[in-house]
Amino acid sequence: MKKYIAKRAATMFGVLLITLLITIMLVGSNMDTILKQGVVFQVRSEITENPEIAQSFSSVQEFEGYIQDRTDERIKTLGLDEPWYSPQRIGLTMYKIILLDFGQATFLTSDVGSSDVKDIIFEKLPRTILLFTTATILISIIGIFVGALSASKIGSTVDRITSSFAIISSSFPVWWIGMLMIFLFAFTYQIFPARATPDILPSDPGYIGSLLYHMTLPLITIVMIGFGSWAYLVRNFMVGIMQEDFITAKKAIGIKQSKITYTHALKNAAPPIITILALSLSGSLGGAIITEAVFDWPGMGRLYFEAITVMDLPVIIGATYILTVFFLVSIFIADLLYGYFDPRIRTNTE
Amino acid sequence: MSNITSQDIKKEFFRSKMGIAGIIILTILISTSVVTIVTIPVETFQEWNNPGSWITYPKAATPVWVNLFLMEKIPEHKILTEPKINDFSNNEMNLSSYQFNFNFEYDQFPNDFIYSYSTKYQDSPLLEMTVMRPDGMKLKLISVALPYSSTNTIHDDKIFSTDAMLKKELVMQNEKFDFNIDKLSSEEIVFSKTETNEPLKGNYVFVIETYEIDKKSEIIESNLIIGGKAFGIMGTDELRRDLAIGLLWGTPLALFIGLVVSVASVVMGLIYGVYSGFKGKKTDEALMRFNDVIYALPALPFLIILSVTISNSIFVMIGFLMIFGWVGIAKVSRSMSLQIKTRGYVEAASMMGQKDSKMIFKHILPQLLPYAFASVAISVPAAITTEAGLSFLGLGDPSFPTWGQILHDANTFGAAARGLWWWIVPPGVMIAITGLAFVFIGNALDSIINPKLKR
Repeated sequence: MKKYIAKRAATMFGVLLITLLITIMLVGSNMDTILKQGVVFQVRSEITENPEIAQSFSSVQEFEGYIQDRTDERIKTLGLDEPWYSPQRIGLTMYKIILLDFGQATFLTSDVGSSDVKDIIFEKLPRTILLFTTATILISIIGIFVGALSASKIGSTVDRITSSFAIISSSFPVWWIGMLMIFLFAFTYQIFPARATPDILPSDPGYIGSLLYHMTLPLITIVMIGFGSWAYLVRNFMVGIMQEDFITAKKAIGIKQSKITYTHALKNAAPPIITILALSLSGSLGGAIITEAVFDWPGMGRLYFEAITVMDLPVIIGATYILTVFFLVSIFIADLLYGYFDPRIRTNTE
Repeated sequence: MSNITSQDIKKEFFRSKMGIAGIIILTILISTSVVTIVTIPVETFQEWNNPGSWITYPKAATPVWVNLFLMEKIPEHKILTEPKINDFSNNEMNLSSYQFNFNFEYDQFPNDFIYSYSTKYQDSPLLEMTVMRPDGMKLKLISVALPYSSTNTIHDDKIFSTDAMLKKELVMQNEKFDFNIDKLSSEEIVFSKTETNEPLKGNYVFVIETYEIDKKSEIIESNLIIGGKAFGIMGTDELRRDLAIGLLWGTPLALFIGLVVSVASVVMGLIYGVYSGFKGKKTDEALMRFNDVIYALPALPFLIILSVTISNSIFVMIGFLMIFGWVGIAKVSRSMSLQIKTRGYVEAASMMGQKDSKMIFKHILPQLLPYAFASVAISVPAAITTEAGLSFLGLGDPSFPTWGQILHDANTFGAAARGLWWWIVPPGVMIAITGLAFVFIGNALDSIINPKLKR
């Protein structure tokens, strides 16, 4: 078991490094250009602030040459003269990122006005977790009950409705339903706000209430689209288990059907269900990008989207890193849970 | 799972209602695509992002069939291109008359009317525009002399209902109306009843006449647009594009994206997984670790970064989608091939010294085919919605009118806030229907392969 955990953990860490490396490689050349432009801009603005230096040049060439020299000097001290793909630079960047030092954002700021990427991300992250974790938990609770109910009465009306709802809802994109919900409940019937960003400052005492009120519409949408496939999944696991011999035996002794369903069968379906729960918790964070863009929910997803639109590279790298960490941690937990619940893996020395 | 023959599967499949429903929807979609590709010229869809080619269409117009459900009929947008042409000439005078005849049966005034023409002439012919109303009244609209030219020239121009001269001409005829028309716009006068300012229904004839002396002018193009608020079966968007064309072209594009991505991912995953399971030992270990790495990459953030930094061309995007598509299938087919490997006939074949490739392709892969078909069908909707999602974020290929692209435009122009439902609902419904067809087929196949779920 220990060996198993260690092996999984090592794989996960490897994956994290690879993800980071790929991200840096994809945006690296752009990042270089932006950093160099920043240096040139800095040098120029320093000169315009000091009129004495600016006046001391006799020709334009001399002026440009001076700027060039200063820029080269700066670039050298910052280590930018080496190409972005040089191992030292990539190594340094990766080391910094692993320690959560993402640097300064180019354009975006946090609500308080800080442009430190770490501050921005840690301001948005709780909101995403709040919305999507609540949604996932609601989805799984409703899903498990509806799924168990329809598994206990296969072929009944409930079962048919659940199955067809699951199949139909799974082929609708959540963000499109989101657009419809905004259209219906924010504009046609003005019940909920269209933009999910609370309109008061976080320091205000009513902020939490306002946040929850703004959260309602996205929450309803996500749960509505999500629980069907959960119920279907649970149903399918349960159907498999209900055909096992031990359930038939229990029926034969005369234990009540509902008791069999909710205790014996559900317990046996638990390992895969818990695994999927852990996975979908993290998966929901990834899917947040589009959903948050539709509802304008001020979380990680929208931050990511904004960063992409203005090409704020430090934010992109930071957000990708954090998303990957969350994703990997939950895969890891899912793996462990599966290993723990499934006796075949638990006893296996591998 | 593997002791079902393909005959059995076919028979079982056509017995399941879901499978048949899926096949029917898919057939409809495919025939729509074929009809689209054959009937709608490719140029229309290449012109999708060129505002110039949509100039004669109305802005954000509702679909025309909405009128069926309304008590107050919304005016339809009319583009009249085939006037009745009459030529007269006596002695020196030449007169050509172009008559546009149309029926106006709506309860609101049209938005505007535009006459656009292109004419070839010498000298300076006179152009006069009048309208014959259903009540028999004849309203003079405008009379202009075309700019003088000593040689034969081609002159293109448009007469708008907002033209000040046209308005002036109408105001001069105010004795024909019982109310004050000074503050009204031209279309509200031309299409109004004489007693009250309400639309007058019936047959209108717009007459455009050109007079000139000695010479003969020639009108090359002549069309009249009566600007309305309803157009086409699907309406138009803010950029005046006919949504029906976008939706129709979206069908073959979505099917193409979905099928290419899923077929390629399934083939890749299948071969990868089977090879890994068949080889076993070190190869298996290495291949599966690589699989783990790809599996653990967060797909959507990566797709976004890739499309921003590398290219957002639709073909490159299909490639990116494949990178993330094959992983799960590889895992399942590996475990399936592990089972099949231990069967007698495979072991026998291996003892006979058959080549690895032959054993994989001849003995193992065919056993996995039902599973492969089911996974193709099941993974199509994911590919379509992912592409639509990326397009929705504005990261798609702008030169192709995919459904996601249309929804992206709808969101940018605030369609939800403005109540332009015909811009939001149909693209999403199309995405869902397409997804549904494949989910139906996939589920029907799945329940044949895993009989436990059926009952």
